[in-house]
Amino acid sequence: MDTRSRPRTFVVLVENVPGVLDRVASLFRRRSYNIESLTVGHTDRPDVSHITIVMNADDRVASLVEANLYKLVNVLEVKDVSDVACVARDLALIKVRADHSNRSEIMQVAEVFRARVVDVSPEALIFEITGSEDKVESLVDVLRPYGILEMARTGIVAMARSVAAVSV
Amino acid sequence: MLRTGSQIVWDVLGQEGVGCVFGYPGGAILPIYDALLGSSIHHVLVRHEQGAAHMADGYARASGEVGVAMATSGPGATNLVTGIATAMLDSSSVVFITGQVSSRVIGTDAFQETDITGVTLPITKHNFLVTRTEDVGPTLRKAFHIARTGRPGPVLVDITKDAQQGTHDYEPDEAPVELPERSPRDTLTRDALDEAAGLLSSAKRPLILAGRGVMLGGATELLQDFVERTRIPVAMTLLGIGGFPATHALNLGMMGMHGEAWVNRAIQTADVLLAIGMRFDDRVTGDPTKFAPAAKKIHLEIDRSEINKVIRVDVPLVGDLRETLSQLAPRVGTTDLSPWHRFIEDLKGDTAVRDIQTLPDSGHLYAAHVISDLWNLTEGRALVVTDVGQHQMWEAQYYKHDYPRKLITSGGLGTMGFALPAALGAKFAKPEEEVWVIVGDGGFQMTAAELSTCVQENMKLNVAVINNGYLGMVRQWQEFFYDKRYAATPMSNPDFVKLADAHGLPGFRVEKRSEIAEAVSRARASRETAVIDFRVEKEDTVYPMVAPGKTIEDMIRRPVPVLE
Ligand SMILES: Cc1ncc(C[n+]2csc(CCOP(=O)(O)OP(=O)(O)O)c2C)c(N)n1
Repeated sequence: MDTRSRPRTFVVLVENVPGVLDRVASLFRRRSYNIESLTVGHTDRPDVSHITIVMNADDRVASLVEANLYKLVNVLEVKDVSDVACVARDLALIKVRADHSNRSEIMQVAEVFRARVVDVSPEALIFEITGSEDKVESLVDVLRPYGILEMARTGIVAMARSVAAVSV
Repeated sequence: MLRTGSQIVWDVLGQEGVGCVFGYPGGAILPIYDALLGSSIHHVLVRHEQGAAHMADGYARASGEVGVAMATSGPGATNLVTGIATAMLDSSSVVFITGQVSSRVIGTDAFQETDITGVTLPITKHNFLVTRTEDVGPTLRKAFHIARTGRPGPVLVDITKDAQQGTHDYEPDEAPVELPERSPRDTLTRDALDEAAGLLSSAKRPLILAGRGVMLGGATELLQDFVERTRIPVAMTLLGIGGFPATHALNLGMMGMHGEAWVNRAIQTADVLLAIGMRFDDRVTGDPTKFAPAAKKIHLEIDRSEINKVIRVDVPLVGDLRETLSQLAPRVGTTDLSPWHRFIEDLKGDTAVRDIQTLPDSGHLYAAHVISDLWNLTEGRALVVTDVGQHQMWEAQYYKHDYPRKLITSGGLGTMGFALPAALGAKFAKPEEEVWVIVGDGGFQMTAAELSTCVQENMKLNVAVINNGYLGMVRQWQEFFYDKRYAATPMSNPDFVKLADAHGLPGFRVEKRSEIAEAVSRARASRETAVIDFRVEKEDTVYPMVAPGKTIEDMIRRPVPVLE
C-alpha cells in the first residue's frame, strides 16, 4: 500500500438529479478530504452527469473516497483513473495586458502553446487554451511578465483511454 | 384510482407493512394528517418530535422492520434532527416524513420553511424533496427500500404541501423498487476467504470482535455454530451485545473504554482478530495506532467504506454478513486453544476480586446492584432500553443479554434522552415483551414528557431511574481528569415519584438494596407504566476505564479492596 500522498483523479458518473453535486461535495467536506479540482457536466445521456474530482491522497484515503462515493445513492460508477492511461484537460481563459506595441509579440508566444486569441481590445487580449494542467501552467508563466489581468479555469475534465472505460 | 398525495402516503405505508407511525402535526403536514383518518395505521402523538424520531428508531431496532416518524416543516423537522443522527450512527432503518411549504414559495424563507434536506444531508443515508404528487408514491417506496437494504440507515422524505394536496391516478405497485445498478469492487474473492481461513486455522490466540452487524445481518446463529466448533472466544462491542449469548462460556463480554480488563488484554494479546459487523469506533479501540499490535486482522463488513477507516486490516471481506460468514466458516479448521483459554481465565481471576458485586454489603445502594438484581428478577429476559451515561455502561456490564435485539442503546451518537421514547417505540414493536427503561436522572429529564405519551397510548413500560443527583458520567471525567472540579454536573431533580403520580402512574422509591426486589415486583405487577426512583451512591465510578487517547490495555481499575 502506497502511503504517499499524490494527486488522484476520480471519474464519477452520477444521476442527473438536483442536489447531486451538493451530496458529493458534502461528502468531501464532512470527511475532511480536500478537493483540488471538481468539474461537472453532461454526458451523452441526459440522465447521467460526469464528475471529475482531483485530490491529494494516499492509497488508503483514495480507496475510502471511492467506497464513500459508492455509498451515495445517486452515484452510478466510480473509477480511480490516477494510474490508468487517461486524457485530462483543463480549459483556461486568460486576459493579458497588451497594446499595439507588444500585441503581436504576445500572440507569437501564445501560438507556441496553441492558445487561441478569442478577444482583442485596445489594452488587452483574451486567450483560450485547453490542455494538460502543466501546459496551461507553462503558458501562464510565459504570459505573467506582460501582466495577467484576469484568469478563469474550468478545472480538470478526465476520461480513461481504454475501451474498458467508465460507463453505465 | 384518483388519490391525493396525502392518501398515497398512507397507501404506501400500508403496503410497506407499517403498523404504527410516530409523529406531531402542523400546518405543512396537515393534509397528510387529515388523510390519516381514512387509514387503518395507528398514529402515536408524541410530546416532542425528538420523541417521535427515537420511538421510530426503537421500533426499528426491536423489530428489524422499518420505523416511521413524521413531523411538520421548519421547527417540527429540525426537532427530528438528533433522532435522525442517532439512527444514522447506529445504522437503524427509519423513514422520516416531513411536510414542506408549498413548492411555489420554496426558497423564499416562507413561514416555517427550513431546507430540511439540506440540514439532514450529512446525517441521512439518503433524502428526497418531493414537489409533485405523482412522485409521492414511487419516492416513498424507494425510501423504504434504501432504509432497509445494504447497510441500514435513516431516509428522509420531505413533501411539499401542494404535492400532498394534489391528486394523481395511483395504483399500488407491487413490483420491486428499481434502483440504478451500482458496481463496487468485490472483495469477497476465494483467495481472500482462503487467506482469512488460513490465518484463523493456524492462530494460537484468535479472537472474534462482534458488533451490531451480526444482528443486522441475521448472522447470530451462524456465529454461534462457528464459535462452538472452533472454540474461538468472542468479545462484544456495546451495540453487539445480544448478538452472542452473554452467559456462553466463550463470550468474554464487552470490549473497549469500559470493557472488562480481561477482554481488552485479550485483544491486545491476540494474534488473529476476526472483526464481524463492527467499525472500530474510538470507544472500542482507544489509541488506534496501538490497538492489537500483534494481531493479523480480518474484517467482515457490509460497508466497504469501513475497511481501513480506523484500523488497517490484513484481509477485508466485504459483503452481506450471513453470506460472508457462511462461506468463511467451513474453511476454518480447529486447533487446540486451551492454553489461550487458560490465559484468559487467569486474567478474569484478577478482575473478580475488584468487582463491586463481591464486596461486602455496605448498606449503600449501587447501580451495579440494581442492574444485577434486575437481571436476576427478570431472569435475563427483559428488553432493556438504556439512556446514555454511567448507567448505560453498568447495564452493559451487569445485565447479561442472552438474546438478540434485547438491548437497545444509543451507541454511536450517545444521545441522552433516547431511552424513554425508544423504549416506547420498542414496546409498540414487541407488545408481548417486558420492557425496562434504564435511565439517568439527567437523561430522563430530557424526554420525560413522553411519559404522557405512554399514558395516552396506555402502554406499559418499567422505568428505572438511576438517580445519583449528578450528570454522572461527566462527573466521573471531572473526577479523573479535571481534579474533581464538578462544574455544572450536580443536578437538582424533581421528585420522580410525584412526577409519575402527576401522570397518574405508580412510582416507587428505593434507597437500600433490600428494597429492590419489592419495588421491581410492584412495578412489574402494575398494568401501567411504573417509575422507580433508585437513589444510588452519588459518586460511584464506572470501572475499568480507558482514558481518552490511551491504549485499551491501559485501564484505570477499581482498587483491590483491603479487608481489615
Ligand atoms: C444530548 C446529550 N447531551 C450531553 C451529553 C454528554 N453526556 C454524556 S453522559 C452525560 C451524563 C449523563 O447523566 P445522567 O443522565 O444523570 O446519567 P448517569 O451518567 O448519571 O448515569 C452527559 C451530560 C450527551 N451524551 N447527550
